[in-house]
Parts: sequence; C-alpha cells; structure tokens
Amino acid sequence: MSSTARLAVDIGGTFTDLVLAVPGRSLSAKLLTTHDAPERAVLEGTAAILAEVGIAATDLAHVIHGTTLATNALIERKGAATALVTTEGFRDSLEMAYEHRFEQYDLYMERPAPLVPRPWRFEVPERIAADGEVLLPMEEAALARIGAAIRTEGIRAVAVCFLHAYQNDAHERRAREILARFLPEEVIALSSEVCPEIREYERASTTVANAYVLPLMERYLGGLEDGLRAMGCAGPLLLMMSSGGITTVGTARRFPIRLVESGPAGGAILAQILAAENGIGRALAFDMGGTTAKITLIDDMKPQQARHFEIARAARFVKGSGIPVRIPVIDMVEIGAGGGSIARVDGLKRITVGPDSAGSMPGPACYGRGGTLPTVTDADLVLAWIDPARFAGGQITLDAPAAGAAVVAAVAAPLGMAPDAAALGITEIVTETMASAARVHAVENGKETAGRTMIAFGGAAPLHAARMAQKLGMDRVLVPVGAGVGSAHGFLAAPIGYEVVRTRLVPLASFDAALVNGLFDAMRGEAEAVVRLGAPGAVLREERTAFMRYRGQGHEVAVALPDGPYGGNGAAMLKAAFEATYHALYGRTIPKLEIEALTWTLALSEARPLPARLADAPPAAAPAPSGRRRIIDPGTGEAAEAALYDRAALPPGARIDGPAVILEAETSTLVPAGFRAGPNAAGHILIERIAT
Amino acid sequence: MSRPLNEIEVQILWNRLLSVVEEQAQTLVRTAFSTAAREAGDISAGVFDMRGRMLAQAVTGTPGHINSMARSVVHFLDAFPAETLKDGDVLITNDPWKGTGHLFDLTVVTPIFLDGVPVALFASTTHVVDIGGLGVSAEGRQVYHEGLYIPLMYLAREGQMNDDLLGMVRANVREPVQVVGDIYALVACNATGGRRLLEMMRDFRLADLGLLGEEIISRSRRGMAEVIAKLPQGTWSASMTIDGFEAPVTLAATLTIAADRVLVDYAGTSGLSRYAINCPICYTEAYTSFGVKAALAPWIPNNTGTLDAVVVTAPENTIVNAPHPAAVYARSVIGHMLPDVVYGCLDQALPDTVPAEGTSSLWNLSLLAGHGLTGTEGSAVRAFNVTTFHSGGAGARPRQDGLSATPFPSGVRNVPVEITEAITPLVVWRKELRAGSGGAGRQRGGLGQRMEIANRDAAAFGIQARFERGVYPARGRSGGAPGAKGRLSLASGAALPIKGLQIVPPGDRLVVEMPGGGGYGDPLARDPAEVARDVRYGLIAPEQAAADYGVVLTAAGEVDAAATARRRGA
Repeated sequence: MSSTARLAVDIGGTFTDLVLAVPGRSLSAKLLTTHDAPERAVLEGTAAILAEVGIAATDLAHVIHGTTLATNALIERKGAATALVTTEGFRDSLEMAYEHRFEQYDLYMERPAPLVPRPWRFEVPERIAADGEVLLPMEEAALARIGAAIRTEGIRAVAVCFLHAYQNDAHERRAREILARFLPEEVIALSSEVCPEIREYERASTTVANAYVLPLMERYLGGLEDGLRAMGCAGPLLLMMSSGGITTVGTARRFPIRLVESGPAGGAILAQILAAENGIGRALAFDMGGTTAKITLIDDMKPQQARHFEIARAARFVKGSGIPVRIPVIDMVEIGAGGGSIARVDGLKRITVGPDSAGSMPGPACYGRGGTLPTVTDADLVLAWIDPARFAGGQITLDAPAAGAAVVAAVAAPLGMAPDAAALGITEIVTETMASAARVHAVENGKETAGRTMIAFGGAAPLHAARMAQKLGMDRVLVPVGAGVGSAHGFLAAPIGYEVVRTRLVPLASFDAALVNGLFDAMRGEAEAVVRLGAPGAVLREERTAFMRYRGQGHEVAVALPDGPYGGNGAAMLKAAFEATYHALYGRTIPKLEIEALTWTLALSEARPLPARLADAPPAAAPAPSGRRRIIDPGTGEAAEAALYDRAALPPGARIDGPAVILEAETSTLVPAGFRAGPNAAGHILIERIAT
Repeated sequence: MSRPLNEIEVQILWNRLLSVVEEQAQTLVRTAFSTAAREAGDISAGVFDMRGRMLAQAVTGTPGHINSMARSVVHFLDAFPAETLKDGDVLITNDPWKGTGHLFDLTVVTPIFLDGVPVALFASTTHVVDIGGLGVSAEGRQVYHEGLYIPLMYLAREGQMNDDLLGMVRANVREPVQVVGDIYALVACNATGGRRLLEMMRDFRLADLGLLGEEIISRSRRGMAEVIAKLPQGTWSASMTIDGFEAPVTLAATLTIAADRVLVDYAGTSGLSRYAINCPICYTEAYTSFGVKAALAPWIPNNTGTLDAVVVTAPENTIVNAPHPAAVYARSVIGHMLPDVVYGCLDQALPDTVPAEGTSSLWNLSLLAGHGLTGTEGSAVRAFNVTTFHSGGAGARPRQDGLSATPFPSGVRNVPVEITEAITPLVVWRKELRAGSGGAGRQRGGLGQRMEIANRDAAAFGIQARFERGVYPARGRSGGAPGAKGRLSLASGAALPIKGLQIVPPGDRLVVEMPGGGGYGDPLARDPAEVARDVRYGLIAPEQAAADYGVVLTAAGEVDAAATARRRGA
C-alpha cells in the first residue's frame, strides 16, 4: 500500500513542533525541546501524534525534519575538536578573516575567535595556481605527520582547504586518502566538496563550520533514523535545508552546514504557499517573534535566494561580525527586534529598541518574572493592543501596571512624556527600525517594498504588521491561520532539492560553449545523484544561475540563465541576461566594458505545482463586536474606541473597519484606523488600507 | 514653512534620514568599480540642508571623508548659490582642498527639488580607480603630477550631462570606462537618496527640512557638549615621529578640552614633504575628529552639530595643512597617524581609555608590471595594476590585546588572495601572522603579517611603496613596548626602501613584513597563562616569554610559577 501520511518536525530553541498531514486534514503538537537528546522529544511526539490519529508509523510516507542543532552548536561553540589542514603559508587566513573592523567607531571591538585554534591549523607544502596548474606538488609526508598529530591531540573532525581547490581538487582528495588512515573518512570535509567557490577565507570558514558540526549531526541523525526505524517507520527521513529544499539524511550527514536556518526557511516556504493561494505576485514575508524579526522578499511566488549567510553574529547583529558560510539560503534580513526587545533612551534622548531582548527569563516587565526594563510587549500592553488576560492563550497573565511602570521609568520620565506617548514611541521606533531594514534589503537587491503584500506571522507580527506595511508603502497584509507554528507547515510543502556550485572565471569575450556545457552537465549529474535519492521518479526542475560582473568589479550579480545546452550564441545570451539583470538592479548598463562570469550554480528540485488560487469568499455579515476597548491607534497616535472580535467568530467574507483588535489564543491582530480586515475563504485575515 | 513636529516624529524622521543615506551608500558600494570603493568602503554619502549643513552621513569604511565632504558642500554652495540651482543639475569636483584631499576622490552633489522648490542636497564621494598623472605613486612633487584636476563645475545641467567634461576625463585616465562608470554611480546614488527623501517628506507632509535639521543639529550639538562637559578641562600635548618620505616627520598636537568643545592644534608639526604625503587641512580635520569622536562619543551620528564640537587647526605649510600646489596623493600616510597623536594627548586627560599606537597607516600593496615601469618590454610583458588592502597590528587596549592584521583608524577590508591571483600573474606564497611582532605589554600589541609574492611570468614586477613604521615603530603606552618595525625586502636578501617604486627582479620574491602594534602596560604584569598561550599558539617566541615577559615555561610549555615569580621579582 502506498503511504499517504506525512510528518513534519521542527526543533526550535524552546519548542519542538510537529505537524501530521493525512488526506483531508492536518494536526499539530508542541512539546518542550529535550536539549540533552533532542531526538527524544521527536520520537515521543511522533508516537503521540500517530496514536491520536490512530495510524501506525508504517503509514508514514516520510518524515521531514528541521533542526537548529547545528546552528546552536556553532553559536554556543559546542561542536567537535576540529583541525584545519591548509596550504603552507595560509593557516592564519581563517583568523585574519576580512582584515577589517565591523564596528568603525568601537575602539574596544573584538573579533570572534576562529572555530579552530592556531595550533590545530596545520600547513602542507603544496600549491595550485588560479588556473589549476600545480605550482608545487603536495608533500605527502607532511600529511602523515599531521595525521599523527591529529590523533595525538584527540581531534574529531578535519576541514581540508587548499588554495584554488575549487579549480583543481586533486590535492584535497589525496589529502583525504592519507588522513583517512588516522580518522574516519566521514569526518573529513573537503572545501572542494562543501563549497567549491573562489575566496579562500569564506570557503575555509564554510568548510570548517561543516566539519565542526559533522560528528554531532552524524550522531544525532543516525540516532533519529534508528529510532524511527525501530518505531516501524519505513519511509525516508528527509531534512529541511536553509535553501528551502529538503534532502536525504545521507546528504545531510555529509553537509550538515546546509541545515542551518531550516526553521526560518520553512516559514518562508509557508509564505510562498500563501502567496500562491492568494495570488500575491509581490510579497514580503514578515516573521516577528520574541527576539528577532526576519524579512524575506517573495516575487512571482519564489522566495529570494542567496549564497551567503552569517552565523552567530556578535551581539548587535552587525554585518561581518559572525561566521560567514557560503551555502544556498533563502535570503532574509534578520533584525534584533521582537516582542522582548528592550527599550531605552540614549545620550541624545532618542528612544532605542533592541537589539538585546529580555527573552523569556526574566522576560518583559509585564510577565512578572522579575523583568523591570520595558519591552515592545510592555509598550503593546500600555497601548491596550493586547488583552492582559488572554496573552499566549492565557498561559501568562500579564501585569499591566508593571508594564506601565517600566515604560514610565525608562522612557516616559526621562523624556518628560505621557506614558501613552512613550509607549507609542517605543512601538514606532521598533517598527521604523524593521521598516528601514526591509527598505535597505530591498534596495540592495534592486527592488522596492512599495506595492507589495505583507504576509505576517510569528507571535508579535500581527500587532505591528499593518503599521509597518504603512511605512513601507504597502496596502495589504495577510495574517495566516495558526501564525504561531508556521515553519513545520512549510516543511510539508518543500520540494526535494539540491544546489551545486562551481567557480570558473569565464570572460564572455572568450566564451567556450563546450566548457560551460560540460560544467553544467557535471553539476546536473552531481545534483541529480543527490535528488534522486529522495525523489526517485519525480519530474525535476532545473534552475541555472551565473554570478557575473563587469571586469574590475568586486561584487557579482546573480543572473538567471535559460536551460542548456548553450550553442554558439551563448556569449550573446549571457550578455543579454546579465545586462537585463544589471539594469533591473542599478538602473543602467555600462557599454564597452568586458563582462565575465565567475561562479555558476545549478539548483535541481522536484517540480511541485504550487496550490491554485483560492476563490474569494462571498461577502458575509460581521457579528457584533464582543467588546470595546480604548486603545492608542498607531496611525493617528490618538486614543480611540476599538471594537474587539474573536477570530473564530468572524466568518469568511466578513469585513470590519479599524480601529479594531481581532483576538485568538496565540496572538492578537491589530487593525488600525483607516484599515479594513476580515477572513478570506481559507480563514486567513486580510487587512487592507481603505482607499481615501 | 514647516509644520511643527512632535517628539516621536523628530525621532522617527531622524532614523529615516539615517536609513536614506545608508541606502544611498549601499547603492554606491555595489555599483562602484574601484577596489578602494567597494572592498575598502572608501566612499561616503550624506544629506544636507539648503544652507549646506550636513544632517546625516552613512557610516562607511573610511573616516577620511567625515568633515571633508561636509565642507565641500559649503564650497559648492559658495560657487553655485542655492537660488541658481535647477532641478536636474549635478555638480562635481576632485579639488583636493575643496573636496576630500586628493584627486582620486570625486565628489558629486545633487540638489533635490520638492514641487519645484530645492529642499536638500545629496553629496557622495568615491575613490576612482585612476585619475591619470603618476597614478598610485607617492613620488609626485606637485599636484600637477598627480593627474586630472576638476574644479567645482556642473556635471549636468537640468538633466543634460556635461559631455565635454566626460570626454576630458576619458582622455586623461588609464581606465576611462570604469572611471566614467563611477561618475554615473555617484549620480545614481544621489538620485536614490533624493527619491527616498521625497517619499519621506510626502509621507510626513513636510514642505522643507528646516525644523527637522534644526532639531538634529541642536540635539547632536547638545549631546556632544554634555559628553565634553563631563571631561576634565585642560590642555595636553603629545608628539610622534614617523619615517616620512625624504626625512622623518614629527606630528605634534595640543589638545584642549574646553567647556563644550575639543580643540586640536598641530603647531610644532613638521613642514611639507617634497613628495605626495602632504595632507590638505580638510583631511587632517577628518581623521582628527574621527579619533576624538571614537574615544569620546562613538554613538552620536555625524552631522554638522557633532562636527562643530571638534575644532582642528594647523599652521599653514605644515605637512598637516598643505597648500596648493603640494603633492597630496598619499595623504593617508600622514592622516592615518593623527588619531595616535590625539590619543597621546587624551591618554593624559583620560588615563586607561585610549589604545597604544598601532601600525595605523595601511600597508596596501599596489603591485604592477608594465612597459616603462618595470622594464622596457613594450607589449611583450603581461601588464597589470592591482591594489590590495592590508594592515599590520593595531595597538593594545587598556584591557584587551591589540587586534592583529586589522586596520585602525581606516576601516578597509582585504581582497582575497584567490581573487588577486585570478586576475593577475601574481602568486602569493605566504600570508600569515608575523610571530613576535606585537609589542610586549600587560596587553600585547596586535601582530603584523608577513606576505611573500612572486610573478608567475618570467618578468619583473613593481610595488608602489608608501609604508610607515619602518624606522620609527608604534610605541607602547603605560610601560608597554613598541611593536616590531615594518620591512620590505627581496627573498634573495636585499632590503628595499618602503617609499617609492621598487622593482622585484624576475624569479625573485617580494617579502612584506608589516609592523606590529604597541603594547599596553608593564609586560611583567601580563597574566603568565596568556604568555604561555601566546607561545603555544606561536604568536611569540619561547625566548620572548622569558626575556620580554619574565615568564618561565616548562619543557611542556606550562607556566613554571615559582621560576616566573623569581624572575619577575628580580
């Protein structure tokens, strides 16, 4: 019998979310994450949810899993004792990083220590040139010495990164053969496999990060797979990747670095599905939780992709202060702005919010757990946007006087403002900060925020979404059902996929179709071998990208290419594609300059149709409000009587005018004056600006 | 006339202006051609009111444009009064004395109109890849050697580009397409900023920036004044001698903390150089005020209100106030040293605050090969011309070691070795921390680095050297020892001068040893465990542990506590 039940599991820092989809329905569960052995909560939760539906583990077609385990190991520095084996003369590249200060004005700045301390960075006499020619053959005896030292030092994982190995991997492969005499081959990561891309520091950083989490993920994924087998689950265990695709456990064990940020990627996939169902061609996904907010641009139902990500940025979310990894990721900007973000007044009497957060302990002042500093949630409460009795499904009764006192002490009193005005200042500043980040992110990608539809999820988003949309020139906001457990739902919709990269500097003036076709054929072969493991019979979809620039520039732009093979007009095709992209990004092209392609990627995935657009719900009458409350309206800044509605009581097609608050167990949706809102056919709340 | 603004609106609008100039700067970085702009962030972007007062400036990689670009807008308004400007006009200059200090920096200013009325000026500056003349050489004797000089003029009138100027540029620079491309990038980034500003003004129903500008400037001025009021008042002097070009240069400063401002005067500083390391005063002001602000109020954004709080003066005809026609291309050699001199003063006023001296001046490698420069092979030699950005060690801080291979005060970023090798015939055989180069101290100075570079072609190549700390090292503070001196040599043995064009013969290698930063505090007070770690990590030699730090290690590399106590006690 063909199994039809599918299970998604998302392990987060606090909760492990499960979603089981059986034909016709899905149900979810939330367990506390078991940090000592994370697979325990997964297995217990799986057993419980299967029992609840009354199906057996054998009925599961597959299990899709996303986890922050690799990310946390990197943030908390709890990975394996790792060595780096590199070209003689270059062991400090990992430590010198970009040779820059990411905080221009900070005399006391510290760089994060490299994951591999200097004594464990070993050098091998060998040298390959930029064109792949061997300038100095590898001294194999050196590797045997290094292998012995690695054994003596108790090192558990090794990253091998030689200069220009993206061009010629012979030395790295031979190094692995020799080192495999001293430790298991599975814990040796080669830069030519993990990240065959030019730029030695970023390639080494990616390879080292991969090696650093290899033993841990190997052990964890092995344990989880065994556990699921023991329960009788015969379907494959699939892993969510940062790219928004899923892959087999075998691939995940070799390249665990690709699993970082899988939770947020799931959220972006959910937003993609919602964009398709609601016919939103230009969307902006806005995920605001307790400590951070994340923003993703989704055009033509495709979340924007990137190849660069930074893990464990220093406290202030500063670019360049983390561990850079070059992997396929869904491109999102992350800001230290959430419900728990702390507000204060700086030396210029400016209100600042975040990036530090009160977290859940002590939490916002209104949690009554000892927090005294005002947070965004405290401000929300002072403005009466939240019902103190119904926060987080009534699990925590909020202390409104404590919130007011915190806002007064830290903001209102120093500025000589009324408490309401100070609270509104806090929410306005945090919203402005997020809006600025969204605008800069869009401009960096040659895009605009204006005219998009916002898809808002995460506990704090529905309160701030409409106001933020206003600041970004957006007239519509969609607040989906169950905005709280979005990621796991997204996993179920993600396709099996894999992306492969190569660096080959190809000036268009000397474009060689055979070379480029050969490159893509090899990439297709490598990607297909991985994808077929998870999707043996599926129709596959290929996306090719070239990272191109004008000769002399230092940044490349990602240019989508048509499927191959390319013929004699390949150079003209690449030029046209590059110029179109460049023009879209920067509003012009530059005639007479030589164009070159540096890096090439091929992404292969199951061709999975997006859901069709839902029909509009016929208009329905709105029920009478369940109550009224005096709130401060974010748009006007004035006090107003807001109507209160239970989300469950609003039928699809009903429309209510702001100011209003729509209440549900997990969150509240704020509809400011000048906006109209109501559930669509699927129950998602659509908030629209009323045309004036 | 502006409508009144409430408190929250002022704060939101201020944040929005900072975001607008950030977008402006990002647009420039991503479209610029010169490596200085895109890798080193050697650009700036800002918004000004119609009186030429700077309201917001993006935080970019270089402090060198901080005051200089702000002042250049005033020069532009003097030459082209606001009432004469029309929508679509764009102004340009690279005047070192009215722009940002050398001909390589192009500054472009664009007036922005709301409903036909000029409401703001956007200015941006970038370091172009070439400007003709001697190129990236510190050997110019007068500014006339240094390339094309563009006085304050129109780049566009009512949207019509000045094609005569662009033709002159194309004919005078080595990379015409890239340089003209950068000029268009400057125009485009100002336009981006302008568009965002107009959106903001319409959103908030502002007719002009008068009230907002007033608030931003007065609050910032008050903020700086409050910071300064808490400091001890008085006057302190310090000086530092550096290698210079043809003769050592002494940089002398007297710093006065007055009621609401800080005054820095450079009387006593050496006279002009015959070569291109002279600083126009605008560049001196920029690095001086950066140094002061980083130490006292790093969190206050730059605008006219904050810049007014630091007053910089220098006698004319000193190397920090060079008049026309002095050569100024490599003015950063001197400019980057100024925060160290300022900190020599501030350390007396505010002990335990500022770092020890560091390498400070960058060790950028301008490498080239070509006819007439490295040989006379004509087109037979593979010509190239590339600059990569590198740094020696920074000074130790009162409670932290100095950062190794990290720039200060500049904020540049390196270029990957693999990229350099992909576009030139060069091979970098080594790029590693230079053991033992950090000055000893309770906190150790940052380490310099060592690089070895060769040409794969059987041809000579050259380096346009403009390095410092080869004779006079970075000094330690509060008992800390100086960092190691920098050195340039051939692998075959000969030492090379560290200023001017040097040639590396075919088959030989260039060896670059960058200086270390000065140490902070008595080396004998350094935690012995940190000394043992430094030995284990190969950052200092085992003999340095005993000789410099008085720490005796066992054969296994552990601290021998008793022997260390005896040695330190002695």
